Amino acid sequence: MQQIVDLLSWAFILLGAFFLITGAIGLIRMPDVYTRMHAASVIDTTGAGFLVLGLMLQAGLTLVTVKLLFILLIFYFTSPVVSHALAQAALAADVEPMLAEDRRSRGPAPPADTAKTSELP
Amino acid sequence: MRAISLAITILVFWLILSGHYTPFLVAIGVISVLAVVALSIRMGVLDAEGHPVHLLPAAVTYVPWLLWEILKSAWSVSKAILSPRLPISPTMTVVTASQRTNAGLATYANSITLTPGTITVGVRGNEFTVHALVREGADDVESGGMDQRVRQFEGGA
Repeated sequence: MQQIVDLLSWAFILLGAFFLITGAIGLIRMPDVYTRMHAASVIDTTGAGFLVLGLMLQAGLTLVTVKLLFILLIFYFTSPVVSHALAQAALAADVEPMLAEDRRSRGPAPPADTAKTSELP
Repeated sequence: MRAISLAITILVFWLILSGHYTPFLVAIGVISVLAVVALSIRMGVLDAEGHPVHLLPAAVTYVPWLLWEILKSAWSVSKAILSPRLPISPTMTVVTASQRTNAGLATYANSITLTPGTITVGVRGNEFTVHALVREGADDVESGGMDQRVRQFEGGA
């Protein structure tokens, strides 16, 4: 039993490490601020997520596991806020994004299908 | 009602972080919790936005769905990063959010940002400016699938 948990935990840690390294490579390869932030978001959601999951399996049913869960929650609540602030600051400072396609000028996309929304409770 | 739920939440949080259960320390914890709840009421932050506990039942289905979305798009972004050609087509778009509450709008904007490959760059009222790493990412956000899910999440409880 312990071995199965260990194996699973190592699998998660390795998977997390894979996403961390991929994100780091992306951070270098991407051409501008905005695209680099996409690479960074792989790191702080998936990379950190799997890493902490693996660590939780190592810790077992202890208070440490619950604390790790809190760390994960804090990641998932703060990282989008920070990403958004950074992207907005870059845009406000006139850092022009390199775009393949700009759909901003044609106005907002029509709101999601209204027929579908009325079915919701 | 909301005050009681906040008190229980932060008391449990405190107990877990503390890990010491002598009467003296627990008493200090309880006093702190009561002080924080009293301050929250006085500051007027104890409302549907400050302590959105009513969203908890809906979160049970929304969070796993979001995690799965994050995993899927993290995988596609990873593939793009590791591909020698670097197949990206950065796209900016504007979408309309259909949520009615501030908590719902914040959840939607944060969900877009959490999903690798899309970032909410600007929020004006219920119009979100979204930057996507690839064209398909922008199409995805425009198709409004996530918008529907967040509406369900916000209105379901």
